[in-house]
Amino acid sequence: MGPLSETTPQAGADAALPLLRIDAVGKQFGGFTAVDGVSLDIKPGEFFALLGPSGCGKTTLLRMLAGFETPDSGRILLHGKDVAQMPPHQRPVNMMFQSYALFPHLNVRDNIAFGLRRAGMPRAEINARVAELVALVRLEGLEKRRPEQLSGGQRQRVALARAVARRPQLLLLDEPLAALDKKLRDSTQRELLALQRKLGLTFIVVTHDQDEAMTLADRIGVMNAGRLAQVATPRQLYEEPHSRWVAEFVGDVNIVEGRIEAREGGRLRVATQGAGMLTALAPRDLGDAADVCVAIRPEKIRLSQRAPADHAGAATINRLEGTIAGVNYLGSVSSYTIALDGGATLRASLANAARVSADAYAAGQRVTVWFAPDDCIVLDR
Amino acid sequence: MSARNIFTRPARLAAIAPYGWMVLFFLVPFGFVLKLSLSQVANAQPPYLPVFDFGAGWQALVAAVSALSLDNFRLLLSDQLYLLAGLRSLTVAATATALLLLIGYPIAYAMSRLPRRWQPLAMTLVIVPFWTSFLIRVYAWINILQHDGLLNQVLLALHVVSEPVVWLSTDTAMYIGMVYSYLPFMILPLYATLSKLDPALLEAAADLGSSPLQSFWRVTLPLSLPGIGAGALLCFIPLVGEFVIPDLLAGSDSLMIGQTLWLEFFTNRDWPVAAATAVMLLLILLLPLVIYDRFQRRQMVRS
Repeated sequence: MGPLSETTPQAGADAALPLLRIDAVGKQFGGFTAVDGVSLDIKPGEFFALLGPSGCGKTTLLRMLAGFETPDSGRILLHGKDVAQMPPHQRPVNMMFQSYALFPHLNVRDNIAFGLRRAGMPRAEINARVAELVALVRLEGLEKRRPEQLSGGQRQRVALARAVARRPQLLLLDEPLAALDKKLRDSTQRELLALQRKLGLTFIVVTHDQDEAMTLADRIGVMNAGRLAQVATPRQLYEEPHSRWVAEFVGDVNIVEGRIEAREGGRLRVATQGAGMLTALAPRDLGDAADVCVAIRPEKIRLSQRAPADHAGAATINRLEGTIAGVNYLGSVSSYTIALDGGATLRASLANAARVSADAYAAGQRVTVWFAPDDCIVLDR
Repeated sequence: MSARNIFTRPARLAAIAPYGWMVLFFLVPFGFVLKLSLSQVANAQPPYLPVFDFGAGWQALVAAVSALSLDNFRLLLSDQLYLLAGLRSLTVAATATALLLLIGYPIAYAMSRLPRRWQPLAMTLVIVPFWTSFLIRVYAWINILQHDGLLNQVLLALHVVSEPVVWLSTDTAMYIGMVYSYLPFMILPLYATLSKLDPALLEAAADLGSSPLQSFWRVTLPLSLPGIGAGALLCFIPLVGEFVIPDLLAGSDSLMIGQTLWLEFFTNRDWPVAAATAVMLLLILLLPLVIYDRFQRRQMVRS
């Protein structure tokens, strides 16, 4: 299934009705186009991640959803109602800020209750809701503390509790974990997921960290230069990138450029620069272009000291000869750089499955590199 | 005291400098004034008694010390003139400070919301009046406010009034002069606090359902309290002792304490009573300072 069919709204079933429809939204700052005609549907209960390099427009898009920026063009439909011009304080949307933006003059309790008080909720109900939220984010006993008396992780949890206090239809999270250190980030990711499932809220998270996006999100929208480059599940994004840019941005990848020489059934024969003739799975939506590039993920590449035995189908396996140029030991995996005899350089990563004192291959060693045609992604240059 | 231990020896020496300054330029002169306030006026040179003569021996010194008395303070407390002057000083200073806050806050707020690159210019515009002598600027107001002055001419030309209004020698003129002269002292600390306010806090407030007015009331105002305190104090304290502005712009029917002090000193040549007035003024001004200090300490503990 192509990722595009994911974004197409399915008519009929209520569950598939988008909670949020972003329709051709654009935003310029001066002469700079920050967001360039982005369209996107978000389903209720979904955990969606906007992923992209800094300056790609993901934060601007999020700020337009919150109401802090007004789109120059397009519509933002929340439950079918256009909220594009609605001021932030009237939107049934809440945001968790990257800096947390906790009110320094208010304690934990009053920070969490801030939005409830503005909504005019009765005092008893506010007290009950705050107590519930404090328990939910495990801040019992810290209600009277002020933000500067809390640790980074505690502040993050106050910000989260404050943001979900009003039970928003849509919660926007701007780099929610960026300020935490690595260890804390991992446990917080799990908590965030659990909280989202428990409250049944719809989350849109903006992040530049692809591991975070992969861990958290049901779907990821990769943004580049103000446009959505691809919207897909984490697996599709990694295994079926739609463009060279996405393939290179998400994860590690080897790219060799070449020309399509022949089409044989579902296979393509690609004459590459520096990696000989490669057989690759023909993508469904490849155009007429003959100039393409072939992308292979490093963990899909196998190495062996001798060529694999000629068994049935071996002819269809891509097999190249080369020399190990460098080894990087990274703990769980080792990354090998191979200078192919044809001139190209590939990187392969092998899991260090056993506790051994040396890497499987040493620099200078001759190796055979092989990988399946199905693991080759053919993309437009 | 653990705070003391973090300083190295040279740092501690450097920390002594401000204390040395305080002793030399505040405590010692204040000692003179205090002694003077306990003396009696005399037709002599200097115009008071007793005079401490450290060369005249121990007996003379003891006699001089025992000649000191609280008579001047009793006079200050018994004579309505001084009490009224003190009261007027406090009310005038409080009123002027309130006016300054009302006018200065919007200006400082607007400055802090300007694009970053325009803010230094706005800051300069606030400070520019300081490049001219304070006295000249107050004299300029006399020109503007007098019977055929600029203000009356403009009001007449615009047909706002049919007769020239008496501005000069009124409290209105005095307040105009005070607000004009002290405005930078109110704006600068307010601007300093407001420009440090994280815009994300206002976005968070709006996100949580606050209208712009509610955001101001619940977030901006409470967070600018330190600036309000500093600005109010910077204006209120010198305003209580203000002499030039009321003398030049206000009427002569009621005096501020600074004016009585001046009268005692230069017109009556009663240095001891003038010194006692100065001591009283200081005691009055200690109160807001102590309150502000408490407030600041609480802020320090918080952060």
